[in-house]
Amino acid sequence: MSVAKSLPHDAARLHVTGTARYVDDIPTPANALHLAFGKSAIARGQIDAMNLHEVKSAPGVVAVLVAGDLPFANDVSPSAHDEPMLSDGSVHYVGQPIFLVVATSHLAARKAATLGQIKYIEETPILTIEDALAADTRFEEGPRIYEKGDAETAIKGAARVVEGTFEIGGQEHFYLEGQAALAFPQEGGDMLVHSSTQHPTEIQHKVAEALGVPMHGVRVEIRRMGGGFGGKESQGNALAVSCAVAARLTGKPCKMRYDRDDDMIITGKRHDFRISYRAGFDENGRIAGVSFMQYTRCGWAQDLSLPVADRAMLHSDNAYLLPACRIESHRLKTNMQSATAYRGFGGPQGMIAIERVLDHIAHDLGKDPVEVRCLNYYAARADGSGASGGDISNQNENNTTPYGMAVEDFELHGMTAALLASSDYAVRRAAVAEWNASHDTIKKGIAFSPVKFGISFTLTFLNQAGALVHVYQDGSVHLNHGGTEMGQGLFQKVAQVAASRFGIGLDTVKITATDTAKVPNTSATAASSGSDLNGMAVKAACDTIRERMASYLAELHQADVRTVRFADGNVIIGETVYSFAEAAALSYQGRVSLSATGFYKTPKVEWDRIKGHGRPFFYFAYGASITEVAVDTLTGENRILRTDILHDAGASLNPDLDIGQVEGAYVQGAGWLTTEELVWDEAGALRTHAPSTYKIPACSDRPDIFNVALWDAENPEDTIYRSKAVGEPPFMLGISAFLALSDAISACGDSYPALDAPATSEQVWATIQKVRNGI
Amino acid sequence: MSHRRGTRGDAIVKRRVLNMDITFLLNGETVELSDVSPTMTLLDWLREDQHLTGTKEGCNEGDCGACTVMVTDGDGAKALNSCILFLPQLQGKAVRTVEGVSGPDDELHPVQQALIEHHGSQCGFCTPGFVMSMTTAHLNGETDFDTQLAGNLCRCTGYAPIIRAAEAAVSQPVPVWVKDAARVGEPASAPQNHPPYAPDNSDALAQLYASNPDATLVAGATDVGLWVTKGLRDLGTVIFLGNCADLKTISVDADTVRFGAMVDMNAMGATIDDLHPSYGEMIRRFASVQVRGAATVGGNIANGSPIGDNPPALIALDATLHLRKGESRRSIPIEDFFVAYGKQDRMAGEFVEAVSFARQPDRLKVYKLSKRFDQDISAVCGCFNITVNDGIVSAARIAFGGMAATPKRATAVETALIGQPWNSDTISAAQAGFDTDYAPMTDMRASARYRLETARAMLVRYYAEDQGELVSVLEVSA
Repeated sequence: MSVAKSLPHDAARLHVTGTARYVDDIPTPANALHLAFGKSAIARGQIDAMNLHEVKSAPGVVAVLVAGDLPFANDVSPSAHDEPMLSDGSVHYVGQPIFLVVATSHLAARKAATLGQIKYIEETPILTIEDALAADTRFEEGPRIYEKGDAETAIKGAARVVEGTFEIGGQEHFYLEGQAALAFPQEGGDMLVHSSTQHPTEIQHKVAEALGVPMHGVRVEIRRMGGGFGGKESQGNALAVSCAVAARLTGKPCKMRYDRDDDMIITGKRHDFRISYRAGFDENGRIAGVSFMQYTRCGWAQDLSLPVADRAMLHSDNAYLLPACRIESHRLKTNMQSATAYRGFGGPQGMIAIERVLDHIAHDLGKDPVEVRCLNYYAARADGSGASGGDISNQNENNTTPYGMAVEDFELHGMTAALLASSDYAVRRAAVAEWNASHDTIKKGIAFSPVKFGISFTLTFLNQAGALVHVYQDGSVHLNHGGTEMGQGLFQKVAQVAASRFGIGLDTVKITATDTAKVPNTSATAASSGSDLNGMAVKAACDTIRERMASYLAELHQADVRTVRFADGNVIIGETVYSFAEAAALSYQGRVSLSATGFYKTPKVEWDRIKGHGRPFFYFAYGASITEVAVDTLTGENRILRTDILHDAGASLNPDLDIGQVEGAYVQGAGWLTTEELVWDEAGALRTHAPSTYKIPACSDRPDIFNVALWDAENPEDTIYRSKAVGEPPFMLGISAFLALSDAISACGDSYPALDAPATSEQVWATIQKVRNGI
Repeated sequence: MSHRRGTRGDAIVKRRVLNMDITFLLNGETVELSDVSPTMTLLDWLREDQHLTGTKEGCNEGDCGACTVMVTDGDGAKALNSCILFLPQLQGKAVRTVEGVSGPDDELHPVQQALIEHHGSQCGFCTPGFVMSMTTAHLNGETDFDTQLAGNLCRCTGYAPIIRAAEAAVSQPVPVWVKDAARVGEPASAPQNHPPYAPDNSDALAQLYASNPDATLVAGATDVGLWVTKGLRDLGTVIFLGNCADLKTISVDADTVRFGAMVDMNAMGATIDDLHPSYGEMIRRFASVQVRGAATVGGNIANGSPIGDNPPALIALDATLHLRKGESRRSIPIEDFFVAYGKQDRMAGEFVEAVSFARQPDRLKVYKLSKRFDQDISAVCGCFNITVNDGIVSAARIAFGGMAATPKRATAVETALIGQPWNSDTISAAQAGFDTDYAPMTDMRASARYRLETARAMLVRYYAEDQGELVSVLEVSA
């Protein structure tokens, strides 16, 4: 079997030799044209006059388009049809595309795009949470509220209460490959689009709308992205549509890729949040009730903000059984980039708030935060397999989330005990305390944080996938499915599934580019769902072909079809052993169809997002991490010294690739909460729009000591080979780095260090000042 | 040259227009180009002209390393960012891209093999840049990978598997095919007497620049490169300084240390490490290996940035700047060079020839404060050179970057220290001087308050470090 093996990424050899092809690497004819957007210089207002004469006469410029020049739809929104690709006269943020330059080179297009003379009637932009609340600019009519029990009464009746407000910054995706698209006009008005996208079907949909053709007139292909992280779920629409429209108008291939600064200025980022909390609890730290008020700045257009904000609410419990809970969520419309999907999709923001609450409670009681966390955990899974060493008293209560879903697969009791032991937590916590008692300038901190992350699209109909598998007469296999490859190793994992179903080697399976003409109506590769959905769809397609081959060969040999086996590159019928190639050839000659589609839809999910009730998730993925840090109390400079992680990938399809996801996600999560700071100025312009000013983790920022292991347990739900999704959940392991910084700061004084995120050196320093002054 | 195989035919077309003719080795093959735009970047030429698309554009400003290539000349092999490297800078050198790292029979280089085995690539887009940085480090026997790879950003892996791969490849021999000849062609094939210029020595430069005072001087192009790739500027007449070998000298004698203007920051760092280790550590963090390999001592001073890290350290060492215009030379205290924001004491046609400072006991500490430790621009760079004799402060030179419109001395703080006993009371009392010396600004890197308070804190740190206290999180382990 190919599954459960740690094979390298399928394209690893292409990566290291520079031969892996990305959209911008696709050879184009010499007459190809290149595109760039002319952008808004103000955050809010109306266009009074536009003089594009200099743009049009700039060297190399072939055409300049404004909204009125677009032949059909001027919309690139993935949801609410509220996102004109080119300004319709109103301007909503600094950097909004206003006109489109078509030129003979990338550089010529970029240069010309700076030459527009635009006069605006400026309006006061809505930038802050306060601005938006004052003007009541929001998506949806009012806040969403999810409730379980009577939180207010529970808090009032509790022995102790903590409360606070927590600012949580956004995050730039910083995929190394910027957004890119390339359109080739075809005969009869059809269009072939190569797009660096997580969502080819949506690209197809938006291009078809923009060209005024049915979806069958547009084919979208993507072999790989140079990173996505959610940033290519909807943000590639504008480039693909631009290329398609320009290709239609000029009859030439058209390519558009954003320069990095344009990419960061134009596209959306992770939603920032402000979350206020009140929690009531007893003297042991057991929570009686929690209330959260969540505000998020969604930017100018709706994009995916509603499900993002929903998921923040859905992760406000994280791993903890909250007897009473109230979550109120405000989705505010502001004059900035339209915030979008980013790994975790709101989950990290909701989760870090409850982790802050647990931390605050432990500080208030003077207890080890791990003890308080374990006390509040959900009950262990019913078969007890996740329960070793944990507290299962919560089993007696109603073990449900604030949205009414029973937690049946809780793994964290066992995982926590195992991680505390393997990381030597108790000894190291004592050593940290000892260090802090004897050092004035450099303080250390250590913290544990768990993850429970819900797996499934909360928009239930998206939980479906298709696949197309061909077996050729020489026994080679062509594999295709609706998932996209952005580095996560999805294609390899799914190929391992296909190879396992046929009992053949991976070298026999050809992985092919995602293509809307092969598998239609796909969902975005998002929500960590890639291998769960597409693995199952491919399994179904392979099994269909396998059954056809088996029944034909059984008939040929007068054998029972149930005795036909596919293993070790062979097909075995009783005493007869055919190579898989021989079996394929025989089946072909026997006029057996060797091509099949496969389809899968996730069972059990059912969700009412307005009521906030149901089962939005098929299952939960779990993780636990412990981080130790050092902080310079003079300047706030800080560093991760050691991280230990235990992560639950179910019965992993490919343990090494999964560990790679965990390591990478942790560092990205820690980056979100430390050095990655987005700064907008008072006029609403983003000031951190290049790697010179926006600092993702560099090599030396990874933990000095970095121990990552997978938790050995099958998914109790019937997923592909009992594996679990692994794309997003480990991102939130980075929360332990943030909490460790808070722990280090708490060594500077008695008050609770209400550290905001990101914990830049300055933020850490400012919090140290507050703690020292008893604030 | 014995084997000329130009990609554009065998004969070099001697068209003497505004553009240049250049010759270099690309993956072992001689390339002869005519009529090259002086500001065409190597990256654009590779990808758009040669269709060698293995080298990637990640940021187009030298901050991500996806475009890293290996460039070999008489000084050896360097990893450089091809996105901010102009083609004329390659005259006579050897360039190796990711396409030229595998062997003639597609045998993988040890770092490529190790990256596969250790799962060092996920999306793969940063990978060619990592391969080139790792190949260069492997060739040069460098194993401090956190430093060697500080200029290569990866968003997928969290770096751990890449470092494991780099470590695994260390024991493997350097394949013969990646070793490039030191030099092909002669710098003399670059034009001397018409723009864009590439003079051979500082005398020729002095003459040229004096008669073309509006020309743009290009040293390492780590700043000027961005004028083109980001500012989309036309540089007008360009003078490339790379051939001025006499500006690349470092001299250390009993009394004086002197760096020619064209000494790159890696070379400067290697010398400074022995003299003033704290300053050497700042140079390590000054920028990535790729940027330091291109950036020059002279360029970093002459562009007059208020956040350049080298000037405050040189001011604290009481360095002297040597300027030249035509045949006339002058030397000034480096602190006098920085007149105001964007204004330096440099006449039209005058250029930085060298910087020097006196050998002195090492009392210098340089504290670089930035959001990220490696490859980041300082919010504050504090440089302290305080001499104590018999318990009394006898001399103090303190200078900061990031605190004013220019690199600037903390004269009020210095005054408060000099003549006082070296103790914490003196430190506390001297801190008030920062309010007199600086009124920093708030920007995306730091607030004014944080800048001022951390400047004060750095004086406390200097004293604590002098008393033997542990003061850096970089020196702490779990």
